[in-house]
Amino acid sequence: MELVEAIILSVLAASTPLLIAATGELVTERSGVLNLGVEGMMIMGAACGFGGAWLSGSIFVGALFGIVAGTLMSMIFALMTLGLAVNQVATGLALTILGVGLSGLIGAGFVGERITPAPHLQIPGLTDLPLLGRVLFGEDAFVYFSLALIIGVWWFLYRTRGGLVLRACGDNHISAHALGYPVLKIRMLAVMFGGACAGLAGAYLPLAYTPFFIPGMTAGRGWIALALVVFASWRPARLVIGAYLFGAVTILQLHAQALGLGVPSQFMSALPYLATVIVLVLLSRTRSGGSTAPAALGTVFVPDR
Amino acid sequence: MQLVLEKRAERSNTIALISPLIAIGMTIVTMSILFAILGKNPIAALGVYFIDPLTDSYSLQEIAVKATPLVMIAVGLSLCYLANAWNIGAEGQFLIGAVAGSWIAVKTQGTDAGAWVLPAMLLLGAAAGALYAMIPAICKVKFGASEILTSLMLVYVADLFLDYLVRGPWRDPHGFNFPTTAEFDPVATVPVLIEGGRLHLGAIIALLVVAAATVLLGRTIKGFEIRVVGAAPRAARFGGFNANQLILLTFAISGALAGLAGIIEVAGPVGHLQPGISPGYGFTAIIVAFLGRLNPIGILIAGLFLALTFIGGEQAQIAMKIPLDVTKVFQGILLFYVLACDSLILYRFRLISSTRQVA
Amino acid sequence: MRKKLLAAAAAVLLAGCLSGAASAADKLKVGFIYLGPIGDLGWTYQHELARQALVKEFGDKIETTYLENVPEGPDAERAIEQLVRAGNKLIFTTSFGYMDPTLKVAKKYPNVHFEHATGFKHDKNMSIYNGRFYEGRYIQGVIAGKMSKAGVLGYIGSFPIPEVIMGINATMIGAQTVNPNIKVKIIWVNTWFDPGKEADAAKALLDQGADVIMQHTDSPAAMQVASERGKLAFGQDSEMIKFGPKTQLTSILDNWAPYYIERVKAELDGTWKEDNTWTGLKAKMVVMAPYTNMPDDVKKLAMDTEAGIIDGKVLPFKCPVVGQDGKEVECKGGDRLDDGQVLGMNFYVKGVDDKFPAK
Repeated sequence: MELVEAIILSVLAASTPLLIAATGELVTERSGVLNLGVEGMMIMGAACGFGGAWLSGSIFVGALFGIVAGTLMSMIFALMTLGLAVNQVATGLALTILGVGLSGLIGAGFVGERITPAPHLQIPGLTDLPLLGRVLFGEDAFVYFSLALIIGVWWFLYRTRGGLVLRACGDNHISAHALGYPVLKIRMLAVMFGGACAGLAGAYLPLAYTPFFIPGMTAGRGWIALALVVFASWRPARLVIGAYLFGAVTILQLHAQALGLGVPSQFMSALPYLATVIVLVLLSRTRSGGSTAPAALGTVFVPDR
Repeated sequence: MQLVLEKRAERSNTIALISPLIAIGMTIVTMSILFAILGKNPIAALGVYFIDPLTDSYSLQEIAVKATPLVMIAVGLSLCYLANAWNIGAEGQFLIGAVAGSWIAVKTQGTDAGAWVLPAMLLLGAAAGALYAMIPAICKVKFGASEILTSLMLVYVADLFLDYLVRGPWRDPHGFNFPTTAEFDPVATVPVLIEGGRLHLGAIIALLVVAAATVLLGRTIKGFEIRVVGAAPRAARFGGFNANQLILLTFAISGALAGLAGIIEVAGPVGHLQPGISPGYGFTAIIVAFLGRLNPIGILIAGLFLALTFIGGEQAQIAMKIPLDVTKVFQGILLFYVLACDSLILYRFRLISSTRQVA
Repeated sequence: MRKKLLAAAAAVLLAGCLSGAASAADKLKVGFIYLGPIGDLGWTYQHELARQALVKEFGDKIETTYLENVPEGPDAERAIEQLVRAGNKLIFTTSFGYMDPTLKVAKKYPNVHFEHATGFKHDKNMSIYNGRFYEGRYIQGVIAGKMSKAGVLGYIGSFPIPEVIMGINATMIGAQTVNPNIKVKIIWVNTWFDPGKEADAAKALLDQGADVIMQHTDSPAAMQVASERGKLAFGQDSEMIKFGPKTQLTSILDNWAPYYIERVKAELDGTWKEDNTWTGLKAKMVVMAPYTNMPDDVKKLAMDTEAGIIDGKVLPFKCPVVGQDGKEVECKGGDRLDDGQVLGMNFYVKGVDDKFPAK
């Protein structure tokens, strides 16, 4: 049973950055914008987040730095795609490349330093409960925040007028515009939210997961977050399942190796990606005639005047 | 007063001509500022990046060698993007093509095989790349699954598959169990064009690909269909153009080109199959495609230019200790400026006096 | 009068030029190709430390250049050749994957000298060098055998190549001398460097009951995790104690500086000759970090083992070596496995329960 608890803890930690980044991208995409630059925003969040924490000695300040970095990066994206009506795919890719390069330059000065990682909750009595004690009451702030975040986003999207309007922009921006909603402004806010989340998710890695900064430490998690949004059919509840599923596959393949199950490690490492493709296909199949993406996702919108 | 973007009535041809120049100019200014912040002399740095590699035949050859796979892949990608089909998995198709072509090389190793080996390798590489690209295409056409994500996920799968092969079944028996195949026989190697350099037959093939694409897009019905399906989907439907068929076709072509580039790279400059044969060609080619404005000739120029920045970046590391990350920053910024300036071809800015919400 | 002055001035100028040229010619240019960033705190970092030691030792007599983040593919050949063209006369290529590119460039430039790490191909102007890291692994095995209360070691492997396999085997053989029933759990992370993955692997190993962690990957992530959990661990490549002050037992340090200094000196003296260097603790190519976090008797045992290896009394791969299948491995080196057998090691020794990967 201890092993099960330990595995759950590892999966929670591994899934948290995916969940946070994917939540932000979900909001962005629900508003109709496809931002492929998540990896670039995340790694910038990691570099700036670590720098902030190291310079100030506070994890909270580090997280703020990460959020700001991600938001600024996303604003470049917003300026290009919303202000100048540039193709979103190309801009997102350029953002990733820029982010990776810039974070290497910024982070170069911090390599080799270490900080005290984010503290874990400790409630005497509750945290020591067997099996679920540490899972429920022993996590670090990021894990709890990630869950609060996705619940908040769910509530916003489906229970508030603002969320309804945002979804309208993503499904049919022409009608939304005709109804008088400021589509571009809403999208910009959604993009910035996505950037903030990506930055925070990136900052989680050096602030809580492995408390030092190494260039490229996001190792493709931004791309996985993008896949997760599609995997989740753009629905928050599915997103949580998907994030933990993905984290689980990553962790379990390591455990399978340690247990001596002789499956080639490359196959195990490929499982999460294969699983995503299969799920993408299966999900799209169950709907008649195609996927449930926001209908206006990725299309350029320039309001007529 | 408000600044708004509005669509032009017609493409602006003046902007179309000068926008690359403006973009490059702005990039140079931004990079100069970056160099100054890093404490390097901007003029010297720009010289090392852009001028020096053009001054000797070795660097020029290397630019061509580096540009060859980029141009080949980017031409294929441009066909997809023109048809609004987003192939992000060229990297995986590159690797699968390399693996498939290498299979022939590994199987005929040491035997007295004839000159048919290399053409067979190239054909098989292209075919395998095409088939691998069909997976996301079919997923999109039959199931509506996002081709961006399926093609991307398959990149990781291809990478791990290659890793498995060179660590296991295809490992060089005399290689002390290191993960690499044996060196390919001469009959399985792409010939070099100039003695002493690395410029190889692949460059010629790349040029042929550019020419073929230009003809396809400019002079054939299929090319016309590809362009219309992307630019005006409704008009295409009225014209009877089958968007699904075009998705399959463009993915197949771009997969074939990526796979071909892969086997050429492995059978040419590298000479054997090993993990990590691609430093991200599939993704860099996406930049090249956009920098070249999805036009074959433009892609050729963009590919050469980007290759120049890679070579220049390495020389800058040696000569001026400028970190390699700066090259990535440069490429990202260049792409941003090109995209931004290009948008002014179709749109323009206007100041209007007040916001009026359409009720 | 003026003519004399002019002549004198000319003479002074000429002398100045000549001495300037002479001192420029005197400076030996030494180049380095690094696989990762110098800040990786692991493999590349140690090479960089050695390069800095060179600068300190030889001061004005040499000028060093390095290229970092050079991928092990077609780009490597160009990077090496760029160093040659920039005037470097002695070039260190610090990763196995640079073997073939180094060889190709070496053949092209017979007057330039190359030093390739951890490979096996060499030439008249290309030496190879490596460290007998497995000697350190043996010592670590002895320590781990004593310190592991659970009797289970956790091993984070990068890739199933001989270099890593020999490390696992040496560890087990060493551990078995103090605890014949020692067990090991192995996880292959398929990367030399990915802090997140390494941390995950460490957690999984600890969760499954291992209480001493060893790694053949490059980041301090595993040490960090072990420290958090209050377990013990060994560092790799460089000192990792600041990530685990109460955790690190010792670390195998790659100490390239003495070898580099020796080779540069030979180059300066004109006595450089092709060589094949595979030394360990005795020649200080491999150095053990101070033995910490262990009781005095274990420390003494470790130091005695180290001394024994240096003296040649303790042989990590002393025959008979028994494989997983229970059969004795053929002994080609008299009383120990010979270098070829170790370099190409592709089996697990008895005591390792995992199925051998990559057959």
